[in-house]
Amino acid sequence: MYRRRVLPGFGLSLGYTLAYLGLIVLLPLAALALKASGLGLSQLLQLLSSPRTLAALRLSFGGALIAAVFNVLVGLLVAWVMVRYRFPGRRLLDALIDLPFALPTAVAGIALTAIYAPNGWLGQWLVPLGIQIAYTPLGVLLAMAFVGFPFVVRTVQPVLEAMDRDVEEAAASLGATRLQTFTRVILPMLMPALLTGFALALARAVGEYGSVIFIAGNIPMRSEIAPLLIVEKIEQEYAGAAALGVVMLCFSFVLLIVIAQLQRWSGRWAERST
Amino acid sequence: MRKIPFVLGVLATLAVASAHAKDVSLLNVSYDPTRELYRDINQAFASQWQSQHGDKIIIEMSHGGSGKQSRSVAEGLPADVVTLALAYDIDVLADRHLLSQDWQQRLPDNASPYTSTIVFLVRKGNPKGIRDWPDLIKPGLQVITPNPKTSGGARWNYLAAWGYALKQPGGDEAKARDFVRALYKNVPVLDTGARGSTNTFAQRGIGDVLLAWENEALLVQKQLGKDKFEIVTPSISILAEPPVAVVDSNADKHGTRAVAEAYLKFLYSPEGQALGAKNFYRPRAADVAAKYPGLFPPLKTFTVNELFGDWRKAQAKFFNDGGEFDRIHLER
Repeated sequence: MYRRRVLPGFGLSLGYTLAYLGLIVLLPLAALALKASGLGLSQLLQLLSSPRTLAALRLSFGGALIAAVFNVLVGLLVAWVMVRYRFPGRRLLDALIDLPFALPTAVAGIALTAIYAPNGWLGQWLVPLGIQIAYTPLGVLLAMAFVGFPFVVRTVQPVLEAMDRDVEEAAASLGATRLQTFTRVILPMLMPALLTGFALALARAVGEYGSVIFIAGNIPMRSEIAPLLIVEKIEQEYAGAAALGVVMLCFSFVLLIVIAQLQRWSGRWAERST
Repeated sequence: MRKIPFVLGVLATLAVASAHAKDVSLLNVSYDPTRELYRDINQAFASQWQSQHGDKIIIEMSHGGSGKQSRSVAEGLPADVVTLALAYDIDVLADRHLLSQDWQQRLPDNASPYTSTIVFLVRKGNPKGIRDWPDLIKPGLQVITPNPKTSGGARWNYLAAWGYALKQPGGDEAKARDFVRALYKNVPVLDTGARGSTNTFAQRGIGDVLLAWENEALLVQKQLGKDKFEIVTPSISILAEPPVAVVDSNADKHGTRAVAEAYLKFLYSPEGQALGAKNFYRPRAADVAAKYPGLFPPLKTFTVNELFGDWRKAQAKFFNDGGEFDRIHLER
């Protein structure tokens, strides 16, 4: 069983990893769960079944899913353009993609609101057409799409770069149509990276607070996200806020596990088909 | 052994020196829109204290939402004094035994050295003709006010509307509930704090009227120009009493009780009252208020204690989970 490794240090590095994860990730989560346990089961059920909580969770998770799907489509396109084509200003554009990471989220929220508010640059043209973005659920989607955008581009880009063009040429010479080459050859190879990007964008959007509250309007039952509901609960008692936080974590955890599983399947599928 | 007298001498010198020119530092934990006010107050108080006692005082400030600030102090932020937006946020600290339960009787006027009230800020020329509370529930009108669950200041807005309806001839709970519900149905954006609402109204151009503290409304007018906004003072409104208190356990620990108490008393002095008025808070002292004719138009006011008992009761009835405010949106 025991195989000598070229580099030593398995025990030390694993111990370090576990201690670090425990301190930085698990300990705060445990504290959260402990706080949440201050709430009785009946109170918890009451909190979770209240229409307001349900509406907020629906907006946060539903919005994040839509924003992540949108980011996968646009992110794939942008990554494709960045990798496959050469044009002036490409490097500059490439650097711009990371900006949503670097921007403080409140700044992003204020900027988006300023643009899409009825008196903003775009809002003044859109609102007369009946398209209201700021202070509606659409605004929530926009902010979520904004903060999650770089993830898909950055996960897909390296895979696309490493991809051999020979396989496309082989597919074409074997008589595959362009669509077939894309869907049967390229897409399976990109699938794991796309799913990673999707998962990251989703997770980011679910937890996003800073940028969303500026553009959402925050009306209960309509444009109120779950993280805002948590902030409201903190004003009164930690237990309710912590419980809602735990529920969001559980939801996210299940979603991420499902995505990881999908990723494994798609990885196997890609291996088989090549 | 010969060193001992020398060490004692050094210590004695240090003790004398420190007794002479003490640097006292004081932490005032306050809510958001008092930045300008306490900048003035701190400067004036520090120079007065230094000329009277010779000690140099450094007053540090912490600003934020009133509820959040109260929580920070409860969890260990070492505030010597708190100057918050509503009494409930200090009651919470008294429940944690950080100061005595009778804190609001230790200083005059409910421990609120200055007051304000809730007024309407409208766009220039008052295009929607808003004069008084009933105009706010007209269908199609847009009212901007923050979320009272996250903003202490916004709770005064809410109670002002409720109190107005209650005070009308034949007014009762049911009518007040209907009035407040109709008003909040006209709110298109609920920001988390008062400054957020001010920005939504003034910068983003959303809404026909902003419910605001009078001092905030006057500040907006001063900063953005009288040619853009007008203040409408309603016939009756709430007397907003932002309270102040020494945090006993912290002040005793830091040995700053005497300074902290003098600091809060200074707010009641003629100089402190004048600085309050300069920063658009209504001074308690009538002679000081008289020096600012036209700035604070007279209006009928009611207090939280008159209509709702006290802040604890108001908080439980209106703003806790499942309270009156939560029910507005559930019954849409």
